[in-house]
Amino acid sequence: MTLRVTDHPILGKLEKKKAVTFTFNDKQYTGYEDESLAAALLANEIRTLRHHEESGSSRGIYCNIGHCFECRVSINGKQGVRACLTPLKGNMIVESHGKLPTPVRDWRSSDE
Amino acid sequence: MNNVIIIGSGPAGLTAAITCAQKGLEVSVIDEYMKPGGRLLGQLYEQPDGSWWNGINESKKLFQQAVNLGVQFYLETPVFNIEKKDSLWVVYTDKETFQTTNLLLATGAAEAPVPIPGWTLPGVMSIGAAQIMTNVHRVKPGNRGLIIGINVLSSAIAMELKLAGVDIACLALPKNNQITHESAHPKKVLDSLLHVAHMAPSTFVKLGSKLMKNNFMKELGVTFYPRNGVKMWDIPIQLKKAVIEIYGEQEVEGVTIASISSKGEVIEGSEENIAVDFVCIAGGLYPLAELAALTGCPFHYIEELGGYVPLHNEQMMTPVEGLFVAGNITGIEGAKVAAAQGKIAGLSIAKRSGKHQLDEDLKDAVQQGADTRKNAYIQFHPEVDSGRRRIQEEWEEYLVNNTVQFF
Ligand SMILES: Cc1cc2nc3c(=O)[nH]c(=O)nc-3n(C[C@H](O)[C@H](O)[C@H](O)COP(=O)(O)OP(=O)(O)OC[C@H]3O[C@@H](n4cnc5c(N)ncnc54)[C@H](O)[C@@H]3O)c2cc1C
Ligand code: FES
Repeated sequence: MTLRVTDHPILGKLEKKKAVTFTFNDKQYTGYEDESLAAALLANEIRTLRHHEESGSSRGIYCNIGHCFECRVSINGKQGVRACLTPLKGNMIVESHGKLPTPVRDWRSSDE
Repeated sequence: MNNVIIIGSGPAGLTAAITCAQKGLEVSVIDEYMKPGGRLLGQLYEQPDGSWWNGINESKKLFQQAVNLGVQFYLETPVFNIEKKDSLWVVYTDKETFQTTNLLLATGAAEAPVPIPGWTLPGVMSIGAAQIMTNVHRVKPGNRGLIIGINVLSSAIAMELKLAGVDIACLALPKNNQITHESAHPKKVLDSLLHVAHMAPSTFVKLGSKLMKNNFMKELGVTFYPRNGVKMWDIPIQLKKAVIEIYGEQEVEGVTIASISSKGEVIEGSEENIAVDFVCIAGGLYPLAELAALTGCPFHYIEELGGYVPLHNEQMMTPVEGLFVAGNITGIEGAKVAAAQGKIAGLSIAKRSGKHQLDEDLKDAVQQGADTRKNAYIQFHPEVDSGRRRIQEEWEEYLVNNTVQFF
Protein backbone atom coordinates (compact mmCIF):
# COMPACT_ATOMS: atom_id res chain seq x y z
CA MET A 1 0.00 0.00 0.00
CA THR A 2 1.48 3.36 -1.01
CA LEU A 3 2.17 6.00 1.58
CA ARG A 4 1.57 8.77 -0.95
CA VAL A 5 -1.52 10.86 -0.28
CA THR A 6 -2.76 11.04 -3.85
CA ASP A 7 -6.22 12.34 -3.00
CA HIS A 8 -6.74 14.71 -0.11
CA PRO A 9 -10.21 15.87 0.97
CA ILE A 10 -9.04 19.51 1.35
CA LEU A 11 -5.76 19.78 -0.53
CA GLY A 12 -7.10 17.94 -3.57
CA LYS A 13 -5.30 15.68 -6.00
CA LEU A 14 -1.52 15.37 -6.02
CA GLU A 15 -0.18 17.60 -8.79
CA LYS A 16 1.63 15.83 -11.61
CA LYS A 17 5.35 15.92 -11.06
CA LYS A 18 8.31 14.53 -12.96
CA ALA A 19 9.38 11.06 -11.80
CA VAL A 20 13.14 10.56 -11.48
CA THR A 21 15.31 7.64 -10.40
CA PHE A 22 18.02 7.69 -7.76
CA THR A 23 19.99 5.13 -5.82
CA PHE A 24 20.12 4.56 -2.09
CA ASN A 25 22.83 2.17 -0.92
CA ASP A 26 23.21 0.89 -4.51
CA LYS A 27 19.53 0.06 -5.02
CA GLN A 28 17.47 2.02 -7.49
CA TYR A 29 14.28 3.87 -6.49
CA THR A 30 11.85 6.33 -8.05
CA GLY A 31 10.73 9.63 -6.59
CA TYR A 32 9.48 13.02 -7.76
CA GLU A 33 11.93 15.67 -8.85
CA ASP A 34 12.43 18.42 -6.23
CA GLU A 35 10.48 16.71 -3.48
CA SER A 36 12.59 16.28 -0.36
CA LEU A 37 14.90 13.29 -0.40
CA ALA A 38 13.53 12.29 3.01
CA ALA A 39 10.01 12.21 1.55
CA ALA A 40 11.11 10.25 -1.52
CA LEU A 41 12.79 7.65 0.69
CA LEU A 42 9.79 7.35 3.01
CA ALA A 43 7.47 6.97 0.02
CA ASN A 44 9.64 3.96 -0.85
CA GLU A 45 9.10 2.75 2.72
CA ILE A 46 12.70 3.47 3.68
CA ARG A 47 12.89 4.70 7.26
CA THR A 48 16.44 3.78 8.22
CA LEU A 49 18.73 6.44 6.79
CA ARG A 50 21.95 5.62 8.62
CA HIS A 51 23.52 3.77 11.51
CA HIS A 52 24.92 5.62 14.46
CA GLU A 53 28.65 6.35 14.17
CA GLU A 54 29.47 4.79 17.51
CA SER A 55 26.68 2.43 18.60
CA GLY A 56 25.65 1.27 15.13
CA SER A 57 21.95 1.62 16.03
CA SER A 58 19.59 2.57 13.20
CA ARG A 59 18.38 6.15 12.75
CA GLY A 60 15.85 7.96 10.57
CA ILE A 61 14.31 11.40 10.26
CA TYR A 62 13.22 13.11 13.46
CA CYS A 63 12.32 16.79 12.91
CA ASN A 64 11.98 16.88 9.10
CA ILE A 65 12.89 20.60 9.04
CA GLY A 66 16.65 20.73 9.38
CA HIS A 67 17.03 21.14 13.15
CA CYS A 68 18.19 17.76 14.45
CA PHE A 69 20.66 16.40 11.88
CA GLU A 70 19.37 12.85 12.45
CA CYS A 71 18.74 12.43 8.70
CA ARG A 72 22.30 12.99 7.49
CA VAL A 73 23.35 10.91 4.50
CA SER A 74 25.99 11.20 1.85
CA ILE A 75 24.86 12.58 -1.52
CA ASN A 76 27.00 12.19 -4.62
CA GLY A 77 29.97 11.62 -2.32
CA LYS A 78 29.36 14.63 -0.05
CA GLN A 79 28.98 13.52 3.56
CA GLY A 80 26.67 14.78 6.29
CA VAL A 81 23.93 16.24 4.09
CA ARG A 82 20.44 16.58 5.63
CA ALA A 83 17.98 14.48 3.60
CA CYS A 84 15.02 16.52 4.85
CA LEU A 85 16.41 19.75 3.34
CA THR A 86 17.62 18.29 0.04
CA PRO A 87 15.46 18.43 -3.10
CA LEU A 88 15.62 15.15 -5.02
CA LYS A 89 17.33 15.21 -8.41
CA GLY A 90 17.54 12.50 -11.04
CA ASN A 91 20.50 10.09 -10.76
CA MET A 92 21.34 11.18 -7.24
CA ILE A 93 23.62 8.72 -5.49
CA VAL A 94 22.61 8.49 -1.85
CA GLU A 95 24.46 6.43 0.72
CA SER A 96 24.01 5.71 4.41
CA HIS A 97 26.64 6.54 6.92
CA GLY A 98 27.51 3.56 9.05
CA LYS A 99 29.25 2.72 12.26
CA LEU A 100 32.79 4.04 12.38
CA PRO A 101 35.73 1.94 13.58
CA THR A 102 35.98 3.99 16.78
CA PRO A 103 38.77 3.02 19.13
CA VAL A 104 37.58 1.77 22.50
CA ARG A 105 36.97 4.68 24.77
CA ASP A 106 36.32 4.14 28.40
CA TRP A 107 34.29 7.23 29.18
CA ARG A 108 31.21 5.35 30.33
CA SER A 109 32.55 4.15 33.65
CA SER A 110 33.57 7.65 34.71
CA ASP A 111 30.37 9.21 33.37
CA GLU A 112 27.72 6.98 34.79
CA MET B 1 24.66 45.69 -0.37
CA ASN B 2 21.18 45.26 0.98
CA ASN B 3 19.15 47.65 3.07
CA VAL B 4 17.77 44.67 4.88
CA ILE B 5 18.41 40.96 5.18
CA ILE B 6 15.72 38.76 6.62
CA ILE B 7 16.63 35.33 7.92
CA GLY B 8 13.59 33.07 7.72
CA SER B 9 10.81 32.97 5.12
CA GLY B 10 7.96 32.04 7.44
CA PRO B 11 4.90 34.27 7.82
CA ALA B 12 6.92 36.79 9.88
CA GLY B 13 9.84 37.03 7.44
CA LEU B 14 7.66 37.13 4.31
CA THR B 15 5.34 39.81 5.69
CA ALA B 16 8.31 41.90 6.82
CA ALA B 17 9.88 41.52 3.36
CA ILE B 18 6.68 42.71 1.69
CA THR B 19 6.39 45.67 4.05
CA CYS B 20 10.02 46.75 3.55
CA ALA B 21 9.81 46.38 -0.23
CA GLN B 22 6.61 48.42 -0.32
CA LYS B 23 8.55 51.19 1.42
CA GLY B 24 11.20 51.04 -1.29
CA LEU B 25 13.95 49.13 0.50
CA GLU B 26 16.20 46.51 -1.05
CA VAL B 27 15.35 43.24 0.61
CA SER B 28 16.92 39.78 0.63
CA VAL B 29 15.36 36.79 2.35
CA ILE B 30 17.50 33.80 3.28
CA ASP B 31 16.07 30.42 4.26
CA GLU B 32 17.57 26.97 4.54
CA TYR B 33 14.38 25.18 3.50
CA MET B 34 13.60 24.40 -0.15
CA LYS B 35 10.25 26.18 -0.13
CA PRO B 36 9.28 29.57 1.28
CA GLY B 37 6.61 29.63 4.01
CA GLY B 38 8.34 28.18 7.08
CA ARG B 39 6.01 26.35 9.44
CA LEU B 40 3.03 27.98 7.77
CA LEU B 41 3.41 25.44 4.93
CA GLY B 42 2.14 22.53 6.98
CA GLN B 43 -0.88 24.23 8.54
CA LEU B 44 -4.35 23.08 7.66
CA TYR B 45 -7.43 23.65 9.78
CA GLU B 46 -11.03 24.75 9.60
CA GLN B 47 -11.64 28.28 10.85
CA PRO B 48 -14.66 29.34 12.90
CA ASP B 49 -16.34 30.72 9.75
CA GLY B 50 -16.09 27.29 8.11
CA SER B 51 -13.36 28.18 5.61
CA TRP B 52 -10.07 26.26 5.57
CA TRP B 53 -6.73 27.81 6.51
CA ASN B 54 -4.49 26.24 3.90
CA GLY B 55 -0.86 27.01 4.73
CA ILE B 56 0.44 26.06 1.30
CA ASN B 57 -1.82 28.58 -0.43
CA GLU B 58 -1.16 31.27 2.18
CA SER B 59 2.61 30.78 1.73
CA LYS B 60 2.34 30.95 -2.05
CA LYS B 61 0.37 34.20 -1.86
CA LEU B 62 2.91 35.87 0.42
CA PHE B 63 5.87 34.60 -1.60
CA GLN B 64 4.37 35.78 -4.91
CA GLN B 65 3.62 39.20 -3.48
CA ALA B 66 7.21 39.53 -2.24
CA VAL B 67 8.68 38.40 -5.57
CA ASN B 68 6.47 40.88 -7.43
CA LEU B 69 7.86 43.66 -5.24
CA GLY B 70 11.42 42.69 -6.16
CA VAL B 71 12.44 40.83 -3.00
CA GLN B 72 15.46 38.55 -3.61
CA PHE B 73 15.14 35.01 -2.25
CA TYR B 74 18.00 32.69 -1.30
CA LEU B 75 16.46 29.32 -0.45
CA GLU B 76 18.36 26.15 0.51
CA THR B 77 20.82 28.51 2.20
CA PRO B 78 21.54 27.78 5.87
CA VAL B 79 22.90 30.70 7.92
CA PHE B 80 25.51 29.51 10.38
CA ASN B 81 26.96 32.74 11.75
CA ILE B 82 26.31 36.46 11.97
CA GLU B 83 28.72 39.13 13.00
CA LYS B 84 28.77 42.92 13.29
CA LYS B 85 31.67 44.63 11.58
CA ASP B 86 31.67 48.39 12.13
CA SER B 87 28.08 49.31 11.41
CA LEU B 88 27.43 46.44 8.99
CA TRP B 89 26.01 42.99 9.63
CA VAL B 90 27.88 40.13 7.99
CA VAL B 91 25.76 37.05 7.39
CA TYR B 92 27.63 33.80 6.75
CA THR B 93 25.84 31.02 4.88
CA ASP B 94 26.77 27.69 3.36
CA LYS B 95 26.85 29.43 -0.02
CA GLU B 96 27.84 33.09 0.12
CA THR B 97 28.46 35.85 2.61
CA PHE B 98 26.05 38.78 2.73
CA GLN B 99 26.24 42.28 4.19
CA THR B 100 23.50 44.59 5.36
CA THR B 101 22.70 47.55 7.59
CA ASN B 102 19.48 46.07 8.97
CA LEU B 103 19.10 42.47 10.00
CA LEU B 104 15.80 40.82 10.85
CA LEU B 105 15.82 37.44 12.55
CA ALA B 106 12.60 35.55 11.84
CA THR B 107 13.84 32.03 12.46
CA GLY B 108 10.65 30.76 14.11
CA ALA B 109 10.37 27.93 16.59
CA ALA B 110 11.75 24.46 17.22
CA GLU B 111 10.16 21.44 18.87
CA ALA B 112 11.30 20.26 22.26
CA PRO B 113 12.05 16.53 22.24
CA VAL B 114 10.77 14.13 24.90
CA PRO B 115 13.34 11.40 25.43
CA ILE B 116 11.57 8.07 26.01
CA PRO B 117 13.15 4.61 25.79
CA GLY B 118 13.23 3.70 22.09
CA TRP B 119 12.83 7.25 20.81
CA THR B 120 15.79 7.05 18.42
CA LEU B 121 14.26 4.16 16.43
CA PRO B 122 13.50 5.00 12.80
CA GLY B 123 9.77 5.69 12.62
CA VAL B 124 9.80 7.93 15.70
CA MET B 125 9.52 11.58 14.71
CA SER B 126 8.42 14.93 16.05
CA ILE B 127 4.76 15.79 15.55
CA GLY B 128 5.79 18.61 13.20
CA ALA B 129 7.74 16.16 11.05
CA ALA B 130 4.57 14.15 10.51
CA GLN B 131 2.65 17.34 9.67
CA ILE B 132 5.17 18.40 6.99
CA MET B 133 5.42 14.89 5.53
CA THR B 134 1.66 14.57 5.22
CA ASN B 135 0.49 18.03 4.21
CA VAL B 136 3.51 19.43 2.34
CA HIS B 137 5.20 16.38 0.82
CA ARG B 138 2.01 14.32 0.70
CA VAL B 139 3.66 11.21 2.09
CA LYS B 140 2.08 9.54 5.12
CA PRO B 141 4.46 9.02 8.06
CA GLY B 142 3.09 5.47 8.22
CA ASN B 143 -0.17 3.58 8.19
CA ARG B 144 -0.90 3.57 11.90
CA GLY B 145 0.69 5.78 14.52
CA LEU B 146 0.53 6.84 18.13
CA ILE B 147 1.13 10.37 19.41
CA ILE B 148 3.00 10.97 22.67
CA GLY B 149 2.15 14.32 24.24
CA ILE B 150 -1.24 15.96 24.49
CA ASN B 151 -1.25 19.66 23.64
CA VAL B 152 -2.66 22.19 21.17
CA LEU B 153 -0.28 21.25 18.40
CA SER B 154 -0.59 17.49 18.73
CA SER B 155 -4.39 17.65 18.84
CA ALA B 156 -4.48 19.82 15.72
CA ILE B 157 -2.02 17.66 13.80
CA ALA B 158 -3.76 14.43 14.86
CA MET B 159 -6.81 15.74 13.06
CA GLU B 160 -4.72 16.64 9.98
CA LEU B 161 -3.27 13.12 9.88
CA LYS B 162 -6.75 11.70 10.13
CA LEU B 163 -7.85 13.89 7.19
CA ALA B 164 -5.10 12.35 5.07
CA GLY B 165 -6.26 8.86 5.94
CA VAL B 166 -3.65 7.99 8.55
CA ASP B 167 -4.90 5.81 11.39
CA ILE B 168 -4.04 7.17 14.87
CA ALA B 169 -4.22 4.63 17.70
CA CYS B 170 -4.40 7.35 20.35
CA LEU B 171 -2.82 10.41 21.92
CA ALA B 172 -1.21 9.50 25.24
CA LEU B 173 1.03 11.13 27.83
CA PRO B 174 4.74 10.45 28.16
CA LYS B 175 5.77 8.52 31.26
CA ASN B 176 6.52 10.82 34.16
CA ASN B 177 10.20 11.53 34.65
CA GLN B 178 12.36 14.52 35.52
CA ILE B 179 12.24 15.82 32.00
CA THR B 180 8.63 15.19 31.02
CA HIS B 181 7.42 16.56 34.36
CA GLU B 182 4.47 18.87 33.55
CA SER B 183 3.65 17.26 30.22
CA ALA B 184 3.20 13.94 32.06
CA HIS B 185 0.93 15.31 34.79
CA PRO B 186 -2.71 14.60 33.92
CA LYS B 187 -4.11 17.62 35.78
CA LYS B 188 -1.70 20.08 34.15
CA VAL B 189 -2.39 18.56 30.74
CA LEU B 190 -6.13 18.73 31.27
CA ASP B 191 -5.65 22.38 32.19
CA SER B 192 -3.96 23.12 28.87
CA LEU B 193 -6.39 20.94 26.97
CA LEU B 194 -9.27 23.09 28.12
CA HIS B 195 -7.91 25.83 25.91
CA VAL B 196 -8.35 23.73 22.79
CA ALA B 197 -11.87 22.83 23.83
CA HIS B 198 -13.36 25.04 21.11
CA MET B 199 -11.69 22.81 18.52
CA ALA B 200 -13.04 19.63 20.03
CA PRO B 201 -16.40 18.26 19.10
CA SER B 202 -16.37 16.21 22.27
CA THR B 203 -18.99 16.92 24.86
CA PHE B 204 -16.73 15.88 27.69
CA VAL B 205 -14.02 18.38 26.86
CA LYS B 206 -16.50 21.10 25.93
CA LEU B 207 -18.59 20.68 29.05
CA GLY B 208 -15.41 20.34 31.03
CA SER B 209 -13.98 23.61 29.87
CA LYS B 210 -17.00 25.44 31.23
CA LEU B 211 -17.08 23.55 34.49
CA MET B 212 -13.44 23.11 35.27
CA LYS B 213 -12.40 26.66 35.96
CA ASN B 214 -11.01 25.90 39.40
CA ASN B 215 -8.47 23.41 40.62
CA PHE B 216 -10.88 21.34 42.65
CA MET B 217 -13.00 20.73 39.59
CA LYS B 218 -9.92 19.87 37.58
CA GLU B 219 -8.91 17.29 40.14
CA LEU B 220 -12.39 15.83 39.82
CA GLY B 221 -12.16 16.08 36.05
CA VAL B 222 -9.04 13.93 35.98
CA THR B 223 -10.44 11.52 38.53
CA PHE B 224 -13.60 10.97 36.54
CA TYR B 225 -11.84 11.13 33.20
CA PRO B 226 -12.92 7.88 31.53
CA ARG B 227 -10.30 5.13 31.73
CA ASN B 228 -10.60 4.54 27.99
CA GLY B 229 -10.22 8.20 27.18
CA VAL B 230 -12.50 10.56 25.33
CA LYS B 231 -12.50 10.94 21.58
CA MET B 232 -11.67 14.00 19.51
CA TRP B 233 -12.34 13.51 15.80
CA ASP B 234 -12.77 9.85 16.67
CA ILE B 235 -9.19 9.63 18.00
CA PRO B 236 -8.90 8.48 21.64
CA ILE B 237 -7.22 10.99 23.94
CA GLN B 238 -5.74 9.11 26.89
CA LEU B 239 -5.14 11.29 29.91
CA LYS B 240 -4.90 8.22 32.11
CA LYS B 241 -2.39 6.27 30.08
CA ALA B 242 1.29 6.89 29.53
CA VAL B 243 3.82 5.50 27.09
CA ILE B 244 6.56 3.58 28.88
CA GLU B 245 8.58 2.47 25.90
CA ILE B 246 8.73 2.44 22.12
CA TYR B 247 9.87 -0.96 20.89
CA GLY B 248 11.16 -2.50 17.68
CA GLU B 249 14.16 -4.46 16.45
CA GLN B 250 15.50 -2.02 13.83
CA GLU B 251 12.48 0.25 13.36
CA VAL B 252 9.28 1.07 15.29
CA GLU B 253 7.03 -1.96 15.80
CA GLY B 254 4.89 -0.70 18.65
CA VAL B 255 4.65 1.02 22.02
CA THR B 256 4.08 -0.20 25.54
CA ILE B 257 1.48 1.85 27.32
CA ALA B 258 0.28 1.67 30.95
CA SER B 259 -2.44 3.17 33.11
CA ILE B 260 -1.43 6.00 35.40
CA SER B 261 -2.89 7.56 38.54
CA SER B 262 -4.19 11.13 38.53
CA LYS B 263 -0.74 12.16 39.76
CA GLY B 264 0.93 10.49 36.79
CA GLU B 265 2.33 7.37 38.52
CA VAL B 266 2.31 4.12 36.58
CA ILE B 267 -0.06 1.42 37.87
CA GLU B 268 1.89 -1.85 38.02
CA GLY B 269 0.59 -4.66 35.84
CA SER B 270 -1.48 -2.43 33.56
CA GLU B 271 1.04 -2.48 30.69
CA GLU B 272 -0.19 -3.35 27.22
CA ASN B 273 1.40 -3.30 23.76
CA ILE B 274 -0.04 -1.41 20.81
CA ALA B 275 1.29 -2.22 17.33
CA VAL B 276 2.08 0.87 15.22
CA ASP B 277 4.53 1.65 12.43
CA PHE B 278 5.27 5.21 13.50
CA VAL B 279 5.27 7.31 16.66
CA CYS B 280 5.08 11.10 16.99
CA ILE B 281 6.54 12.98 19.91
CA ALA B 282 4.94 16.30 20.80
CA GLY B 283 7.07 18.06 23.40
CA GLY B 284 5.92 21.60 22.67
CA LEU B 285 7.60 24.51 20.91
CA TYR B 286 10.34 26.93 21.94
CA PRO B 287 11.73 30.02 20.18
CA LEU B 288 14.64 29.23 17.83
CA ALA B 289 16.91 32.06 18.85
CA GLU B 290 20.52 30.86 18.53
CA LEU B 291 21.43 33.45 15.92
CA ALA B 292 20.29 36.25 18.23
CA ALA B 293 22.52 34.84 20.97
CA LEU B 294 25.52 35.37 18.69
CA THR B 295 24.93 39.13 18.64
CA GLY B 296 25.19 39.68 22.38
CA CYS B 297 21.50 40.57 22.58
CA PRO B 298 20.24 40.02 26.17
CA PHE B 299 17.80 37.13 26.69
CA HIS B 300 14.99 36.55 29.17
CA TYR B 301 13.27 33.35 30.18
CA ILE B 302 9.53 33.83 29.85
CA GLU B 303 7.50 30.67 30.20
CA GLU B 304 4.36 32.11 28.61
CA LEU B 305 6.38 32.81 25.45
CA GLY B 306 7.85 29.32 25.30
CA GLY B 307 11.33 29.83 26.81
CA TYR B 308 14.30 32.14 26.28
CA VAL B 309 13.51 35.09 24.04
CA PRO B 310 15.80 37.90 22.84
CA LEU B 311 14.98 41.22 24.50
CA HIS B 312 12.81 43.34 22.20
CA ASN B 313 10.16 46.04 22.33
CA GLU B 314 6.69 46.34 20.82
CA GLN B 315 8.23 47.67 17.63
CA MET B 316 10.28 44.49 17.22
CA MET B 317 13.60 46.22 17.86
CA THR B 318 16.31 44.68 20.01
CA PRO B 319 18.80 46.74 22.03
CA VAL B 320 21.47 45.78 19.47
CA GLU B 321 21.65 48.50 16.85
CA GLY B 322 20.23 47.40 13.50
CA LEU B 323 18.97 44.05 14.82
CA PHE B 324 15.25 43.27 14.66
CA VAL B 325 13.22 40.18 15.55
CA ALA B 326 9.72 39.00 14.55
CA GLY B 327 7.57 35.91 14.73
CA ASN B 328 8.05 32.88 16.94
CA ILE B 329 11.65 33.82 17.82
CA THR B 330 9.95 36.36 20.13
CA GLY B 331 7.46 33.86 21.60
CA ILE B 332 5.31 30.96 20.47
CA GLU B 333 2.08 32.03 18.78
CA GLY B 334 0.11 31.24 15.63
CA ALA B 335 0.93 32.25 12.06
CA LYS B 336 -1.35 35.29 11.94
CA VAL B 337 0.36 36.86 14.95
CA ALA B 338 3.76 36.10 13.40
CA ALA B 339 2.69 37.87 10.19
CA ALA B 340 1.42 40.87 12.17
CA GLN B 341 4.78 41.09 13.94
CA GLY B 342 6.54 40.89 10.57
CA LYS B 343 4.64 43.96 9.43
CA ILE B 344 5.65 45.88 12.56
CA ALA B 345 9.30 44.88 12.10
CA GLY B 346 9.17 45.91 8.44
CA LEU B 347 7.88 49.36 9.34
CA SER B 348 10.51 49.77 12.08
CA ILE B 349 13.24 48.87 9.62
CA ALA B 350 11.87 51.32 7.05
CA LYS B 351 11.85 54.00 9.74
CA ARG B 352 15.46 53.27 10.68
CA SER B 353 16.36 53.44 6.99
CA GLY B 354 15.20 57.05 6.91
CA LYS B 355 11.67 56.65 5.54
CA HIS B 356 9.51 59.37 7.03
CA GLN B 357 6.00 59.59 8.43
CA LEU B 358 5.74 56.04 9.56
CA ASP B 359 4.81 56.72 13.19
CA GLU B 360 1.07 56.44 12.58
CA ASP B 361 1.52 53.27 10.51
CA LEU B 362 3.66 51.76 13.23
CA LYS B 363 1.15 52.57 15.92
CA ASP B 364 -1.64 51.01 13.85
CA ALA B 365 0.45 47.92 13.14
CA VAL B 366 1.19 47.42 16.85
CA GLN B 367 -2.52 47.72 17.60
CA GLN B 368 -3.31 45.29 14.78
CA GLY B 369 -0.84 42.82 16.30
CA ALA B 370 -2.57 43.02 19.68
CA ASP B 371 -5.99 42.53 18.07
CA THR B 372 -4.76 39.52 16.09
CA ARG B 373 -3.48 38.01 19.33
CA LYS B 374 -6.82 38.56 21.03
CA ASN B 375 -8.75 36.85 18.21
CA ALA B 376 -6.25 34.05 17.64
CA TYR B 377 -7.78 30.67 16.95
CA ILE B 378 -4.77 28.77 18.25
CA GLN B 379 -3.20 29.91 21.50
CA PHE B 380 -0.09 28.00 22.49
CA HIS B 381 -0.02 29.43 26.00
CA PRO B 382 -3.18 30.70 27.70
CA GLU B 383 -1.23 33.51 29.43
CA VAL B 384 0.62 34.75 26.35
CA ASP B 385 -0.58 38.31 26.99
CA SER B 386 1.13 38.47 30.33
CA GLY B 387 4.30 37.08 28.74
CA ARG B 388 4.21 39.91 26.20
CA ARG B 389 3.76 42.42 29.02
CA ARG B 390 6.73 40.99 30.89
CA ILE B 391 9.16 41.31 28.00
CA GLN B 392 8.01 44.91 27.50
CA GLU B 393 8.71 45.57 31.21
CA GLU B 394 12.15 44.01 30.84
CA TRP B 395 12.77 46.36 27.93
CA GLU B 396 11.77 49.41 29.95
CA GLU B 397 13.99 48.32 32.79
CA TYR B 398 16.88 47.83 30.38
CA LEU B 399 16.44 51.39 29.11
CA VAL B 400 16.86 52.74 32.65
CA ASN B 401 20.46 51.52 32.81
CA ASN B 402 21.49 51.43 29.15
CA THR B 403 21.40 53.70 26.16
CA VAL B 404 19.91 52.24 23.05
CA GLN B 405 20.58 53.78 19.66
CA PHE B 406 17.09 53.92 18.17
CA PHE B 407 16.76 55.38 14.72
C1 LIG C 1 6.58 21.90 13.79
C2 LIG C 1 5.71 23.12 13.97
C3 LIG C 1 4.34 23.03 13.68
C4 LIG C 1 3.53 24.14 13.84
N1 LIG C 1 2.20 24.06 13.53
C5 LIG C 1 1.39 25.12 13.71
C6 LIG C 1 0.01 25.05 13.40
O1 LIG C 1 -0.50 24.00 13.00
N2 LIG C 1 -0.75 26.17 13.58
C7 LIG C 1 -0.21 27.35 14.04
O2 LIG C 1 -0.92 28.36 14.15
N3 LIG C 1 1.09 27.42 14.34
C8 LIG C 1 1.90 26.35 14.20
N4 LIG C 1 3.22 26.44 14.52
C9 LIG C 1 3.72 27.69 15.07
C10 LIG C 1 4.46 28.43 13.97
O3 LIG C 1 5.75 28.60 14.46
C11 LIG C 1 3.78 29.72 13.62
O4 LIG C 1 2.49 29.48 13.16
C12 LIG C 1 4.50 30.49 12.48
O5 LIG C 1 4.81 29.65 11.39
C13 LIG C 1 5.74 31.17 12.96
O6 LIG C 1 6.22 31.97 11.93
P1 LIG C 1 7.70 32.51 11.87
O7 LIG C 1 7.76 33.33 10.63
O8 LIG C 1 8.06 33.14 13.15
O9 LIG C 1 8.65 31.23 11.74
P2 LIG C 1 8.63 29.86 10.80
O10 LIG C 1 7.32 29.80 10.12
O11 LIG C 1 9.04 28.84 11.69
O12 LIG C 1 9.76 30.22 9.76
C14 LIG C 1 11.11 30.28 10.11
C15 LIG C 1 11.98 30.00 8.90
O13 LIG C 1 13.33 30.29 9.23
C16 LIG C 1 14.16 29.35 8.63
N5 LIG C 1 15.42 29.29 9.39
C17 LIG C 1 15.57 29.10 10.72
N6 LIG C 1 16.87 29.11 11.06
C18 LIG C 1 17.57 29.31 9.91
C19 LIG C 1 18.97 29.43 9.60
N7 LIG C 1 19.90 29.35 10.56
N8 LIG C 1 19.32 29.62 8.32
C20 LIG C 1 18.38 29.72 7.34
N9 LIG C 1 17.05 29.63 7.58
C21 LIG C 1 16.65 29.43 8.84
C22 LIG C 1 13.38 28.07 8.66
O14 LIG C 1 13.81 27.18 7.66
C23 LIG C 1 11.94 28.54 8.46
O15 LIG C 1 11.53 28.45 7.12
C24 LIG C 1 4.08 25.34 14.34
C25 LIG C 1 5.45 25.41 14.64
C26 LIG C 1 6.26 24.31 14.45
C27 LIG C 1 7.73 24.40 14.80
S1 FES D 1 15.25 15.20 10.20
FE1 FES D 1 16.04 16.67 11.56
S2 FES D 1 17.55 17.61 10.32
FE2 FES D 1 16.57 16.29 8.94
